[in-house]
Amino acid sequence: MRLAFREALLAFRRAPMLSALSITTIAFSLFAFGLFGLVALNIRNALREVEDRVEIRAFVADGTGAEATSAALGDIGAFPEAASVRLVTQAQALDRARRELGEFSDVFEEGILPASIELRLKPGFRDPATVRAIAKRIEVYDFVDDIRFGEEWVEKLHRLRNIATLAAASLGLTFAVVAVIIIGSTIRMAVLARAREIAIMRLVGATDGFIRAPFLIEGFLKGTLGGLLALVLAWVALVIINRFVVQATFFDQWMGAVGVLAGACIGLAGSALSVGRHLKRV
Amino acid sequence: MIRFSHVHKSFTRSGVALQDVSFQVNKGEFVFITGPSGAGKSTILKLCFFEELPTRGEVKVCGTSSVLYKPVEVPRLRRRLGIVFQDFRLLEDRSVEANVAFALEVTGTPAAQVSGRVSRLLTQVGLAAKATALPRELSGGEQQRVAIARALANDPVVLVADEPTGNLDERATRGIFQLFRDINASGTAVLMATHDLDLVRRSECRTIEVTRGQIVFDSAADGGMRPSLARPAVEVDE
Repeated sequence: MRLAFREALLAFRRAPMLSALSITTIAFSLFAFGLFGLVALNIRNALREVEDRVEIRAFVADGTGAEATSAALGDIGAFPEAASVRLVTQAQALDRARRELGEFSDVFEEGILPASIELRLKPGFRDPATVRAIAKRIEVYDFVDDIRFGEEWVEKLHRLRNIATLAAASLGLTFAVVAVIIIGSTIRMAVLARAREIAIMRLVGATDGFIRAPFLIEGFLKGTLGGLLALVLAWVALVIINRFVVQATFFDQWMGAVGVLAGACIGLAGSALSVGRHLKRV
Repeated sequence: MIRFSHVHKSFTRSGVALQDVSFQVNKGEFVFITGPSGAGKSTILKLCFFEELPTRGEVKVCGTSSVLYKPVEVPRLRRRLGIVFQDFRLLEDRSVEANVAFALEVTGTPAAQVSGRVSRLLTQVGLAAKATALPRELSGGEQQRVAIARALANDPVVLVADEPTGNLDERATRGIFQLFRDINASGTAVLMATHDLDLVRRSECRTIEVTRGQIVFDSAADGGMRPSLARPAVEVDE
């Protein structure tokens, strides 16, 4: 193993230009994928913010006792889908309406707006079918006059989310495949550059596993370095976007780590495939 | 040690390379394989180290049969052989000692033993003083000596050499050949392909002549010297 590491590091020293080219190619392939990832991440965040606003509002009939509403609040709050539930009294509803519609504040008289129970849902329970089912469960309370959850709006949002997910998955997959092909070709060049060495290794009795090891280590290191460089490039791109275009979010540390690990895995897989194919042919 | 039994070899593009080739090389023997270019000499050698496999028939080398072998046995077999080529096949960016050490390292020799064995091997081939030189700084004969040292690294029982003197001048050829004789004298069998008939005539070693993929003469079986190898008579103009 020590020898395999030494050979892998020597390969960097013996062919610095080729190694730099490999790492840069890997970095730019992953950078393109990373940029797409950033766009997808920010679209997802924006959709999530909108989704956070999905709520079910049950209007409480006039004259409903506090005991009945607080018991219902307890029941509804215990729903597994419930993120938060609260009672908006008539006074609070009026206050909010006057605040939100300032220029029409005179129109609203006391007691004109009903009290309501407002339920916000946990992520994963905001699709139209679930929202409709939960609304039906709340509707059974006697004191509920009317129930609203912006059905049309929730459906449109859900459709938009599905389209965004599908686009992200298909574009992401395309970018990933292109990255794997480019990286595979780059590593193949490195393998071909050392074809003579591989041939000599075989002649003197090295096993295929022994021959593969330095290439796998080299591919892993190149992938890792390429992944790190891609992360730096994506961060620079984000700084520029933040300054000149729009405030956007960067990957969190786990996503960053997964990106670098993906680079390492692509490097490893590319090397394994290239050297495997080469060994089969010679 | 090496046994060819009715070996046929054909290639998809170039057609038949060997037809019904049978011979045996015994322990400690020195055998020349001669013949014109394209006769099948190199194919015979490639079959010896399982670089190629017979289309029909069986090649058995150091107990490994081309009919029954498993791929994992090939590296083990090659460690028991030393292989030398006309074009040396050295790693140009590594020193002489690194080239020899490479053969030891890739076959799992403990690191502590590598340096001592490399020195001994370079002394054996007469290159101890050039251990740190790069191959391009050496003459053709010296480069071939490095290749021989590398081939000897794992104490082979057979040395397989494909035109090892093909790129060398007469003096270097004599030196390399003497080295092969010394190696052979220490018990290692040598199977050497060459079209240097002078070398063959001088040596009086066993000679197998191959023409168009067939053995046309084997001094061990037929005795004496093949007429094609006999020195041509000098014609005197009257």
